[in-house]
Amino acid sequence: MPDLIRLTDVEKGYTRGKEKIVIFDKLTMHIEAGDFVAIMGPSGSGKTTLLNLLGGTDKADKGAIEFDGKHIEKLNEGQLTAWRAANVGFIFQFYNLMPILTAAQNVELPLLLTRLSPAKRRANVATALKVVGLEDRARHRPREMSGGQQQRVAIARAIVSDPKLLLCDEPTGDLDRATADEILGTLQVLNRDLGKTIIMVTHDAQAARFAKRTLHLDKGRFEAAELAA
Amino acid sequence: MNDIFLMRKNLFRKPLRTTLLIVSIFIAFMILAVTFSFNNAISNFNTLPTRMVSLSKINFTESLPMAHFERISQMEGVAAATHMNWFGGYYQDPQRGFMPVFAVDPETYFQVYSEDLQIPAAQRDAFFNERTAMLVAEPVAQRWGWRVGQRVPLNSNIFSQADGRRVWDFVLVGTIPTPPGSSQSGSVLIHYDYFNETISFGRDRIGWIPFLTTSASVNDRVSDAIDARFANSADETSTQDEATFNKSFAAQLGNIALVVTLVVGAAFAAILLIVGTTMALAVRERTREVGVMKSLGFSSSRVLRMVLGESLLLSFLGAGLGMLGAAGLLTLMSNAGGGQGPPIGFAPAVLGWGALIALGLGLVTGLAPAMAAYRLRIVDALGRR
Repeated sequence: MPDLIRLTDVEKGYTRGKEKIVIFDKLTMHIEAGDFVAIMGPSGSGKTTLLNLLGGTDKADKGAIEFDGKHIEKLNEGQLTAWRAANVGFIFQFYNLMPILTAAQNVELPLLLTRLSPAKRRANVATALKVVGLEDRARHRPREMSGGQQQRVAIARAIVSDPKLLLCDEPTGDLDRATADEILGTLQVLNRDLGKTIIMVTHDAQAARFAKRTLHLDKGRFEAAELAA
Repeated sequence: MNDIFLMRKNLFRKPLRTTLLIVSIFIAFMILAVTFSFNNAISNFNTLPTRMVSLSKINFTESLPMAHFERISQMEGVAAATHMNWFGGYYQDPQRGFMPVFAVDPETYFQVYSEDLQIPAAQRDAFFNERTAMLVAEPVAQRWGWRVGQRVPLNSNIFSQADGRRVWDFVLVGTIPTPPGSSQSGSVLIHYDYFNETISFGRDRIGWIPFLTTSASVNDRVSDAIDARFANSADETSTQDEATFNKSFAAQLGNIALVVTLVVGAAFAAILLIVGTTMALAVRERTREVGVMKSLGFSSSRVLRMVLGESLLLSFLGAGLGMLGAAGLLTLMSNAGGGQGPPIGFAPAVLGWGALIALGLGLVTGLAPAMAAYRLRIVDALGRR
């Protein structure tokens, strides 16, 4: 499969007070289209920063980040926002649904950025909710649903605009084992049946087993053997 | 679903807080509309550019000798002149029954105020010929249920008759239609001769002298000539155009414009702080949601527009309700007043000012939180580092 993501000599650091913290120093990696990668590592290893860079919510200090052959590090803020809306779906640990909106309205949010008609938007929302098995909860608000159901709504929101890449930040970190396994099973289905490329950050080794492969990140570096695999 | 739907949902996510904010804006705009309309009503009577008024230089309440009227009538540049006296009248109750009763010289009064005295000839002639006749503005007659031909006793809180009585009997001979802006709004007109003959003091004195000039271009010359004519006499005059006179008349009630400015200014300063702080707090509470929206692909400028739109929606909602409330309150006040005094209707001009102030309020209170949302970085909003 061709590479969907390619990072070349990426450098990223933060300044905390007078201290400069280096997260990545010439990080190079690639992820093929259709892959399902779990990224594990201790706190502070750079997992979330990597997701931020891949999702265009943060910028690298140096280096190149290619997505489907396009250098996203060269995009300005507006272009990056449009690119993100078209290509990336986010799934967060704490769901991050809008409490004032119903499940269907939450799922519809990304479609407000498209030119789809209201009827087409409703159809896409219904399809996304069906994929995650929540078509009967469309009119429910987040507070009326369980954690697992809320995360399913978040997944539906992430896939409704049909992005190529799903970035999941501890998607099961707030769920019990059984519910977590259901969510991870759904992600597997999205990867296997819909061809979504999924990058999932997790601390949970059991969750990582649902991915096709696992990369271990430590102090801003992946294990060379895993990257080569 | 669209951006406006999201603004509305966000605005009402805490209904009690939003309702209280709307109520506070509502009150401020109602005060604005009522005071503005009141000020507008007492200062915007129909005026003629050629109509002027001579009155005592000391102040409005000082009377002038009748001889002044005779002399002014004959001065060059004066086309017609009349005279008026404040009767200090009320019907039955000095508080509730107060009404602006003027003792006038009927024929000359009809010359000087002809445009606002379009009444049937029979009623006009009856007023001219009957010394105890009285003409009243239509709303006054309606309020008290008076009919043409009815005898009406009016009291004065200033004058008394020779026998000490403070009540005069008048016969209602006609009513004056008073469209908005009419100089006769709320007026009650009685005969000067009847008044002058029966009062126990102040005879042959008049309150002020309205007159028409031959052309507005001679106004300054005529007013200078009149005031010069009576300079250094016991009864010096001050002559001014009608619009200025109306304003000084209204000023007897206090500096309305200053009151409007102070009251409205204080109300809006308070509202600005309250709404501004609450909006900032409301958006701060939604930091994470703003981050999520940006991560979904909502641009910073779109988020800014949505937050600004929310504060504008709040501002216009409160302002609109305030205007409606003011219109209702003014109608109630007008009905309760029974057409006495100037008709205090809702001034259409306040809509424009209200919209402008609502726009300013919405922008000022929404700008800081909107800019904060605009600048917010996704990684900071979501705490993802």
